[in-house]
Amino acid sequence: MFIIKCPYCGERDHTEFSYGGEAHIVRPKQPTELSDDQWAEYLFMRKNIKGLQYERWNHSHGCRQWFNVARDTSNDKIHLIYKMGENPPK
Amino acid sequence: MSSKFRLQSGGEINRSEAISFKFNGKTFFGYKGDTLASALLANGIHLVGRSFKYHRPRGFLGSGSEEPNAIVQVYKDEAKKEPNVRATEIEIFEGLEAKSQNCWPSVNFDFGEINNLFSPIIPAGFYYKTFMWPAKFWKKYEYFIRKSAGLGISATQRDPDLYDHKYYHCEVLIVGSGPAGLAAALIAAKTEKKVLLVDEKPEIGGSLIGSNDNVIRINNDTPKDWIKKTYLELLKNKNVQILNRTSVASYHNYNYLIMVQNLTDHLNENDKKNKIRQRLWKVRAKKVILATGSIERTMIFDCNDRPGIMLSSAVRKYLNHYAVKCGNNAIIFANNDDAYETALSLHSKGVKIKAIIDIREESNGDLVKKCTDLGLKIMWKHSVVSTGGHKKIDKVFVMKLSADNNSVVGDKIKINCDLLCVSGGYTPAVHLFTQSGGKLSFDEKKFYFYPVKTTLNQISIGSCSGIFNLKKIIQDSNLKVNDFLKTEIKNEIIVSDYNSGNFKNIWLLPSDKVTGKTKSFVDFQNDSTANDIKLALREGFKSIEHVKRYTTTGMATDQGKISNMHALGIISEITKTKMGELGTTTFRPPYTPLTFGALVGRNVKQFFDITRETPMHSWHKKKGAKFEDVGQWKRAWYYPVNNENMHDAVQRESKAARNNAGILDASTLGKIDIQGRDANEFLNRIYTNAWSKLDIGKCRYGLMLNEDGMVYDDGVTTRLGENHYIMTTTTGGAATVMNKLEDYLQTEWPELKVFLTSVTDHFATVSVCGPNSKKILEKIVKNINFEDQKFPHMSFKDGIIDNIKCRVMRISFTGELSYEINIQANYGKAVWEKCMDAGKEFKITPYGTEAMHLLRAEKGFVIVGQETDGTITPVDLQMDWIVSKKKYDFIGKRSLYRSDTMKDGRKQMVGLLTTDPNEILEEGAQIVAEVKKKPPMNMLGHVTSSYYSPNLKKSIALALVKNGKNLKGKKLYVPMQNKIIEVIVSDSVFLDKEGNKLNA
Repeated sequence: MFIIKCPYCGERDHTEFSYGGEAHIVRPKQPTELSDDQWAEYLFMRKNIKGLQYERWNHSHGCRQWFNVARDTSNDKIHLIYKMGENPPK
Repeated sequence: MSSKFRLQSGGEINRSEAISFKFNGKTFFGYKGDTLASALLANGIHLVGRSFKYHRPRGFLGSGSEEPNAIVQVYKDEAKKEPNVRATEIEIFEGLEAKSQNCWPSVNFDFGEINNLFSPIIPAGFYYKTFMWPAKFWKKYEYFIRKSAGLGISATQRDPDLYDHKYYHCEVLIVGSGPAGLAAALIAAKTEKKVLLVDEKPEIGGSLIGSNDNVIRINNDTPKDWIKKTYLELLKNKNVQILNRTSVASYHNYNYLIMVQNLTDHLNENDKKNKIRQRLWKVRAKKVILATGSIERTMIFDCNDRPGIMLSSAVRKYLNHYAVKCGNNAIIFANNDDAYETALSLHSKGVKIKAIIDIREESNGDLVKKCTDLGLKIMWKHSVVSTGGHKKIDKVFVMKLSADNNSVVGDKIKINCDLLCVSGGYTPAVHLFTQSGGKLSFDEKKFYFYPVKTTLNQISIGSCSGIFNLKKIIQDSNLKVNDFLKTEIKNEIIVSDYNSGNFKNIWLLPSDKVTGKTKSFVDFQNDSTANDIKLALREGFKSIEHVKRYTTTGMATDQGKISNMHALGIISEITKTKMGELGTTTFRPPYTPLTFGALVGRNVKQFFDITRETPMHSWHKKKGAKFEDVGQWKRAWYYPVNNENMHDAVQRESKAARNNAGILDASTLGKIDIQGRDANEFLNRIYTNAWSKLDIGKCRYGLMLNEDGMVYDDGVTTRLGENHYIMTTTTGGAATVMNKLEDYLQTEWPELKVFLTSVTDHFATVSVCGPNSKKILEKIVKNINFEDQKFPHMSFKDGIIDNIKCRVMRISFTGELSYEINIQANYGKAVWEKCMDAGKEFKITPYGTEAMHLLRAEKGFVIVGQETDGTITPVDLQMDWIVSKKKYDFIGKRSLYRSDTMKDGRKQMVGLLTTDPNEILEEGAQIVAEVKKKPPMNMLGHVTSSYYSPNLKKSIALALVKNGKNLKGKKLYVPMQNKIIEVIVSDSVFLDKEGNKLNA
């Protein structure tokens, strides 16, 4: 039931967006050189934090752009929204 | 038309407008402004229902949405009858018909009352314990239990009423129009902000409605005059909107609230016509001011549930607001000073106050003094220990409390009466606050939970924040609201003040009877008693959440508005746990029940879901096609001719497509236009096979995997130009494939210059197949040379039909010679009809999705989602040929080399032939190697597709079978309920293995 400020369109109801899981998981450049364990780490392992989480959202019923959101999963408070390719705040 | 218990004058009812209504078949009269409750009370009716479990007679307890007892069936007709409506909230109108629930044959003589005699043997958990064995008898028990459970009867026909939804944005939302809410509204009105004030009641004023004029003065006016003046004052402000009869159902994060506005329930039948019954408001508020008030508590003593035992504040409201006496001989039972306002009101209207029983030792409050001055008899440190009277209270038994309040001592005094007004103090209505995620704290001295912490832009003011004194409420609201709105508006409201004595709380009052012999009700609606709670604790339930579910306390339609605090208090006392540590159960939305109609709004019938139709839909419909839902699409399933059944139609269509010509509407396939410098490289990365060498004008089938190596989607992609492709996806996968591709482009490979456009709806696709298809196309698309050398399989040409450009692909999902015409959607139907005309001489036959599935199964072509289920790799499908070994990387490649995806014994796709060629397998049936007498058997897999092939004249099936690759020629079994079917594992391509038909 929250409001997300799309970096391209502005504030919209969250029903316009779809969730894309944890952010900043980079697809390995050379998957064939990874061990099964390393590949599984990329493929399956997610943090599932209670608290501040960096995650991906897509304005799927709007501009279709992906972006990053820093959200507190315990109260859905959104602390920061930043574009793809930008680094998470330290 | 005067009613026995109606006062000669006074009240806010309109005496010039008499209204007749029916209750339990009998006609009564009331006045405009009455609720069903007040009108019945005016007629001396207290008995309105029977309790849920013991069928004890029950009457009105409260006067608003907190009412647990007086829930009735409002009867109009089969479509509009409504169960479980609170009589205290029904505004009467001419023609209203209501009746009691949970009683048979009538509320006065109820057969189920026999349960009351057996009540010692049906305590909490009775049903759980008794009907558990023998297990097979449950089905018999269930019928009777279900019949005896539940209260009202729901409608059996479609609701004919109109319901609306409305989205609304405001800067300040004020919930509740009591003294705090009105004070807040007066301040907010003076700002430029857009303000919405809502209240669930028909009139504004909250707790001031029905207060005693002689006790309270606001700005030297009576409360009702002040309310009227305030209302007019607020209406002058264009930025303020006031909604009454509007209940906030739920309060979500980011100040998103759902409210239900009742628009016509109070009108007579004629005025209801063609009007919207209820409107669901979806409100986003910048700031929310909760002024939701408080709910008076009852007290817990033996037989505290008889008709005529009512909340003190309710009695006061019936008297002062509706001019109704709830009795002639009243007893007040209190633990606080507020009840004395009721005593004074009753006394002034001629009701005899037989006694005021107060569990406190004394009170120095002003109202108490007034009562003493009037000579009213006050029994300090006494408690009601029991009551008498069958369908209406006729006496109470009173005893003195011991010094430690743990027992009662002395003589048992009997006092006759016809009304007992109970006041156990007030509980802040924090429901909405907690729904919004706010945290509560328990005040161990004042015995209530109050709001302490919220992360939202929100405040709680008035009695819902734990302030009960009117003067303090006004002062505190003014301060808090000014602070909240960052204003400094002087909002002078002068309230006559009086001193109040302290409040004293005993959760479960002591009794002279032994435990187990008392019936002290905690939850009136679900009939759970203090003894039930004690029993639950004895049986080892510790968590409040468990006790609640075991005893069902607080789980009725009132959601424990009256009962929750006492249940908690009793648990706290017995377990010697502090209330604050015990916590409270979760208050869940909705605050008061709401109708399905309001939730659904206009989204009914054709508006329930979006349906998508192809440009040729009307043609299919005219030809009598049966349709199948594929996602939101309506696809032609088969076209029965001369009353054919589905099987015959599909067999005929399938034969025609192989022997002459078939035509299929393939417009629903997803189409994505791909352009850009790196389009080729992009396709290389997302498909399993190589794309770099695809020439312009050629088509290629591709398989798309998830990163975990599992098949995700498939389809044919055509290279239209140097950097221009058109991709097709499965009908159901169009949107998700588009999203997935965008995801990779934007987040993993932003360096690739590729642009995707969904063009599914822009093109209509007509697929013509069969040996005659070429001849038909030649008649229609004159600019294309259809010779095999010029236009081979898996290639594309730009065509022109009647000056309209189109794309013609020679691709095949049936294994036949086959062409697809893609044309701008508006021309779809025209081209389809043109094909039909041109194909007439070649016996062209339209075929639906079912025949298409059959035809592709004959060829062993997979359908993603039918042969695959998200756990199947291309290798499992025995489609190793489509997985490039040379490509360095593509989505899902690495996962194909995981130990799990490479292990032996995975399920693989195979063909199955039944030993009896006429036996058709059931899709989804399990496959075993060894049949045992009964399950469990070792299951090897299941049938994914199964048909009778008219072209091969035998039954064929596709299946996923463990280690299937190595089982060719082996005999397996498909055990069904009444037979065992023998099958032989075969190749999955059943027809034309060499592919000769593609060039027929």
